[in-house]
Amino acid sequence: MGMMPGSVTQTEALRIERWTRTAVIAIGAIVVALVVLAFGPMFLGADAIGSLTRLFIYVILAVMWNALAGYGGMVSIGQQGFFGLGAYFVIRLAGFGLNPYVAILVGAVGVGLLSVPISAIILKLTEGRFAIATWVVAELAVLLVMFDPIINGETGTSLSQLMAYSPSVHRALTYWSALGFMVALLAVMFALLRSPIGASIQAIRDDTDAAEAVGVKVLNTKRILYVLAAFGGAVAGALWVASTITFQPNSFFSVQWSAFMIFMALVGGIGTFEGAIVGAIIFFLVENFLGSTGVWYLIFLGATALAFALFLPRGIWGTVERRFGINLLPVGYRVRLEALRASLSRRP
Amino acid sequence: MNWIGALVQGILLGGHYALIACGLAFMYSVMRIINLAHGTLVVVASFAFWVLAANWGINPFLAAIGVVPAMALLGWGFQRGVLDPSSRFGLLVPILATFGFAILVNNLLFLQFGASPHSLAPYIGTLSYSSWTIGPDLYVGKLAVLIFVVAVALFGGLSLFLAKTQLGRAIRATSEDPATVGLVGISARKINAIAAAIALGTVGIAGMFLVMRDGVTPYSGMAVLLFAFEAAEIGGADSLWRTLLGGMILGVAQSFGALLSPQGFLIAGHSVFLLIVIGRVVLSKPSLGQIKARLAQWV
Repeated sequence: MGMMPGSVTQTEALRIERWTRTAVIAIGAIVVALVVLAFGPMFLGADAIGSLTRLFIYVILAVMWNALAGYGGMVSIGQQGFFGLGAYFVIRLAGFGLNPYVAILVGAVGVGLLSVPISAIILKLTEGRFAIATWVVAELAVLLVMFDPIINGETGTSLSQLMAYSPSVHRALTYWSALGFMVALLAVMFALLRSPIGASIQAIRDDTDAAEAVGVKVLNTKRILYVLAAFGGAVAGALWVASTITFQPNSFFSVQWSAFMIFMALVGGIGTFEGAIVGAIIFFLVENFLGSTGVWYLIFLGATALAFALFLPRGIWGTVERRFGINLLPVGYRVRLEALRASLSRRP
Repeated sequence: MNWIGALVQGILLGGHYALIACGLAFMYSVMRIINLAHGTLVVVASFAFWVLAANWGINPFLAAIGVVPAMALLGWGFQRGVLDPSSRFGLLVPILATFGFAILVNNLLFLQFGASPHSLAPYIGTLSYSSWTIGPDLYVGKLAVLIFVVAVALFGGLSLFLAKTQLGRAIRATSEDPATVGLVGISARKINAIAAAIALGTVGIAGMFLVMRDGVTPYSGMAVLLFAFEAAEIGGADSLWRTLLGGMILGVAQSFGALLSPQGFLIAGHSVFLLIVIGRVVLSKPSLGQIKARLAQWV
């Protein structure tokens, strides 16, 4: 500075943008849509309520997995462990006499706490080794859960406490719980990723050593995201058992859930907040159209995931965002150069 | 079964796990990619042996002459078609690509073979069940011993190859620093494809013994991947001989666990894996020598 008389200070030249007009409009539209959805049980049929509940759970799963992998650089194929534990904790707590809907939150908090010591071990591994290690933890979890007599081993059990509600009340309560948790979790994740912690998380993903060198506490920062994703996964599992009532350990702890999460995030766009939501909606539609075809449905999911990894790793939303510069839910910082250009042209 | 019997069976089982882990560990040591389709590829080889034996009555040991090179060729194609394109997008995309590949192939296998288990036991005469009696209450299966011997021979052969041959040195150099080997005229891309071919060659052998010993279903690949990974990780994932040791530790842990409870087999295996990882975390804390060295810098 000072050497050139016409040099400009950074604040004059660059505008750091955190919100855009499109983003404000998008969030407004989302709020309106959520308000309409909140009244869903008043005007929607039983099938639609059940389907939307499923969609909300998929959105939770996709956003959590995407945050872990796309922002934190932690590809997990063991999130089904937290999903299954979330469901198991609801059954266990309801068995102790707690209201099942209260148990969703209490159980998920429990799973979140449990993920803290797990993170101490597992975050020491990275990339592919981290991925399979998460899976080992999930496998161990299902083996241990089956020791609880309430589960009846591989046969499983059901959340019979929900039978106390009439079917329509049960449907509506589960729907509202799913909607509420989805909104809350997305809001927390959005705020987290926009915060300084979010910037640290992405710095770690891009270059762990460099992030550490500029003072990011790598392990603690990754842990925040890991525990939040575990909590989110547990909420999703708890909501799933509240919706289906039956709990079979091997299907709740199945690695297939990770395949679904990977499909949603990869197709939607890993590392974009909107992409995970887009991916969840696509997965929901694919399941509605192909779910009854059994093995062909799984072949389609595997082939699509492989094709996206090879040819379109940014996913649908990532490609759209890059091409058109649209950012509906901006978590990053955008540097505007117009002011700089203007001030440069003003220079004598 | 007594504890000594469990120990012997566990060590022999370790040979089986090491054989299964060999390709995974080798690929990781050269390319730094954990191939999540590894177990699925083992099962693909298993089904190849099964089809040749069941449809044309070809003896598996004879069939290996064709299947192992075919798997190596598949490895070359897999590296060129899946690993290489996906690794251009960073370290995380190959994980997703190989996982997607595994889901795809598992379900294609299911479409072809159905869910029922397929085994080569009926096609290998008495080998699948005959055993030697070593002492009172102590038997060792001939097949288990054969697998262990093959595992040791394979690890020995591979180590010699890496240490003594020109190609082996090129592979080791590439795993150390893929960018620098280009300067001395080695194509890292070509070496990676060769390494993938070797890895899948060992997968062919592992697949043969898997379908003889346990039998397979189209979805066995997932469990195979977990055991292979645990063996490699317990061993340290970067040295071939330590993978053999890792397999033995896993095998012994599982076989002791099985003495305690029916689920103990799997629980003990997963637990010993986690304990080893915890152990490494604890040991990686700065040692007394390192602390002294750091203090010395301040003085």
